[in-house]
Amino acid sequence: MTTNQQIITIAMVILGTMLTRFLPFLLFPAGKKTPKYIQYLGKVLPAAVFGLLVIYCVKDVSVLQGNHGIPEILAIALTAGLHLWKKNMFLSIAAGTLFYMALVQFVF
Amino acid sequence: MKKKQHIASRALRAAFPKTLPILAGFLFLGFSYGMYMNVSGFSFLYPLFMSLLVFAGSVEFVAVSMLLGAFDPVQALLMTIMINARHLFYGISMLDKYRGVDKKKKPYLIFGLCDETFSINYTAVIPEGIDRGWFYFFVTLLNQIYWVGGATLGGLFGSVIPFETEGLDFVMTALFVVIFLDQWMKEKNHFSSLTGLAVSLICLLIFGSDHFMIPAMISILLLLTLLQKPLGKAGEPA
Repeated sequence: MTTNQQIITIAMVILGTMLTRFLPFLLFPAGKKTPKYIQYLGKVLPAAVFGLLVIYCVKDVSVLQGNHGIPEILAIALTAGLHLWKKNMFLSIAAGTLFYMALVQFVF
Repeated sequence: MKKKQHIASRALRAAFPKTLPILAGFLFLGFSYGMYMNVSGFSFLYPLFMSLLVFAGSVEFVAVSMLLGAFDPVQALLMTIMINARHLFYGISMLDKYRGVDKKKKPYLIFGLCDETFSINYTAVIPEGIDRGWFYFFVTLLNQIYWVGGATLGGLFGSVIPFETEGLDFVMTALFVVIFLDQWMKEKNHFSSLTGLAVSLICLLIFGSDHFMIPAMISILLLLTLLQKPLGKAGEPA
């Protein structure tokens, strides 16, 4: 990718991000009632999106080849277990990441 | 002038303690992101400007692979919109709270509405006598300073960190696992969470890693739309 192509790519990321942030405020200006359907989506969509993002993160893991995704499964289990137990975002993320790094560097 | 300064500094003092968890989290995540860009071969200027101008952690991580892949601006735009589609719903949730904020601050509040800023500003109980607009403004600004600071430091010093960084990119997976679980523990029924996981996994298996996002988003939207009646009732009041 050339520098110009990189700048265009980054500009697209900025444009896309700003669209998602400004659109609701442009579509539903102050003083107007938000449609029921949009209110409903605002309530149920975030949970599904987080699920989608978890899958997005592991999309390139192959369970048939290499280390069969075992480091990912173990590290996600540790992150999730710690988080359900201690509910401390930084602890869960730091421990899970360090554990994963140890696994891929020293074990697998 | 003096009175205005007084109002602002009081709001800053009320906002700062609320952002302390984000200070720790964003320095760590931002540093990881800057380092990730660094080990992927980018100058610190990339994480500096990306964190300044995009200010959306997840898509900044994803943008690294976009920049390393083939040039495809349309895909970059669509991917960004899909990853950040949840901002639409943060915006919808903040319509009311940001309604009374003056026109000078409001655009910046909307610009900086990331997951963490949304969480704080949405849930914060602002003390009596503190200006709401200034409070929201400082939460947004402080969070962005932490993120830009962390990302820039990571971009600068990522390469001189004397340890092996293989596997560092897992920090992004861990972040989303944690956000997913936070949502999971909050919600009354898990239908939407499970839909997101299951539909995405099925689409990944059918369409493959490069093309599953769009079908997954459409399927999720369709499913949730079809189930508006039962879920809409079950979900309220949150």
